[in-house]
Amino acid sequence: MTDSSLRHLRGKTAIAGVATFGCGEAPGYSDMDLLANAARRAVADAGLTMKDIDGVCTASVLATMWPMEVVENLGINARFIDGTMIGGSSFVAHLMPAMLALESGQCDAVLVCYGSAQRTSTLNRKEVAAARRRMDPQPYEHPYQPMMPLSAYALAASRHMHEFGTTREQLAAVAVAARQWAQRNPDAFMRDPLSVEQVLSSRMVSDPLTVRDSCLVTDGGGAYVLVRAERARDLPKPPVYVLGSGTAVWHRQISSMPDLTVTAAKQSGAAAYQMAGMTAKDMHIAELYDAFTINTILFLEDLGFCAKGEGGAFVEDGHIAPGGSLPVNTNGGGLSWGHPGMYGIFATIEAVRQLRGEGGERQAGQADTAIVQGNGGTLSSQSTAILGSAAAL
Amino acid sequence: MSTDDNKVKPEGAAAVMYAARLAEGDFQIQRCRRCETAFFYPRELCPACGSGEVEWFAPSGRGQVYATTTVRRRAEAGGDYNVALIDLEEGPRLMSRVEGIEPQAVAIGMAVRARVAVSDGQGLLLFDAQETEKGSAQ
Repeated sequence: MTDSSLRHLRGKTAIAGVATFGCGEAPGYSDMDLLANAARRAVADAGLTMKDIDGVCTASVLATMWPMEVVENLGINARFIDGTMIGGSSFVAHLMPAMLALESGQCDAVLVCYGSAQRTSTLNRKEVAAARRRMDPQPYEHPYQPMMPLSAYALAASRHMHEFGTTREQLAAVAVAARQWAQRNPDAFMRDPLSVEQVLSSRMVSDPLTVRDSCLVTDGGGAYVLVRAERARDLPKPPVYVLGSGTAVWHRQISSMPDLTVTAAKQSGAAAYQMAGMTAKDMHIAELYDAFTINTILFLEDLGFCAKGEGGAFVEDGHIAPGGSLPVNTNGGGLSWGHPGMYGIFATIEAVRQLRGEGGERQAGQADTAIVQGNGGTLSSQSTAILGSAAAL
Repeated sequence: MSTDDNKVKPEGAAAVMYAARLAEGDFQIQRCRRCETAFFYPRELCPACGSGEVEWFAPSGRGQVYATTTVRRRAEAGGDYNVALIDLEEGPRLMSRVEGIEPQAVAIGMAVRARVAVSDGQGLLLFDAQETEKGSAQ
């Protein structure tokens, strides 16, 4: 009999190194340049050299054969390669194939890496969108000119407000909490004070979402190194163990999402919790991919931190802000720290830093468990990771 | 002589047939012959059971707004417009635009009716708001 819970993988691998590079604005750097600098730092943080890396997981929003470019650029002879591209959740989803490759003995050290120069790139997002319409057509949505991805999340927010009475003020509370965390993070891109009133009066883009309900557009590279747990214990940094991992994809287009108030995080989260043998009550912090304010509310509900429909009240009560019962997006999140195109890897890196106690002014106390929610497309792909310090094993 | 494996339909795949009909003002969707699930968008296999035995039919055209947003746009670029998800009476959900009322007035639950706008040899599926207070949504 196979054990579909994958419980035997719990704690078998650990993240030994993490790094970010050039987050914010990085003029003169390409996607690859940012990735390479983050990769070098993450490998050094793990106490390894690039020669030790024999597995690579990576994805790009532009290049279709990106893993080959990464292998070539970094000079890695990889025995394991995974280029699964399911949007912003990819780098959280990469954990499972990387774990399986490490456990099977296929490789010994996996570098998960990403870079995006989307803010300063000469290829602007309008041009990318136009090219994508040809290369990856969505003929049943494009003719109506939804402002993607924002309008998809606006549609989800409209439905949540209709079904549960969620308010724009509650959505704004998510942005305000993220900003309060960002004010404690010197690397965050936006650190000015932000009030609910300011969010409400900021420029409306696609009702009910304003520009302040939306993530930033920044550059940045991020990387982490995954090794078997026994090896991680001999490396310089405290190991951050992978306790649970789950991924679910229910649709691509927002018009094909079965229920706009329930995301596939319900399924990916359940799988991750099952593998970890844990529940929401066991989580000390949460890093939830906040591309838009509605995301945080949906994921709090789907991951079991509150009941369906109660996410708005939960955030309005201050639970997720500094000093609250559940520190969420402790770096300032996609809304205020930054958002280099696909944010999942940065949510993972922030969780590792918190579990190591490296958060500095934003450190959310003693954190031994963290849940990371990666999101991709238009609420399309969901990947959950449960990470823990040695105390959580 | 090619085998069955290489026999494609002369009229093309489902997506092409849908577009060709729509360009003539004819809105048709698919239904699975095996499990009877109606679905949209047009495709080769039933997404509910995987069957390739699918047939076309004309839906009633009646639907309801499931979710809605107003995309803000400068007046000189054409002004604000609606983007909505519509649940057809037969079950499938699709993206469209509700016309006939201000974008901001489009509300979840509102009854709408399908209309095909044809221009430049292409059809575009749109929906008109129905005046529910007069009972014409039925």
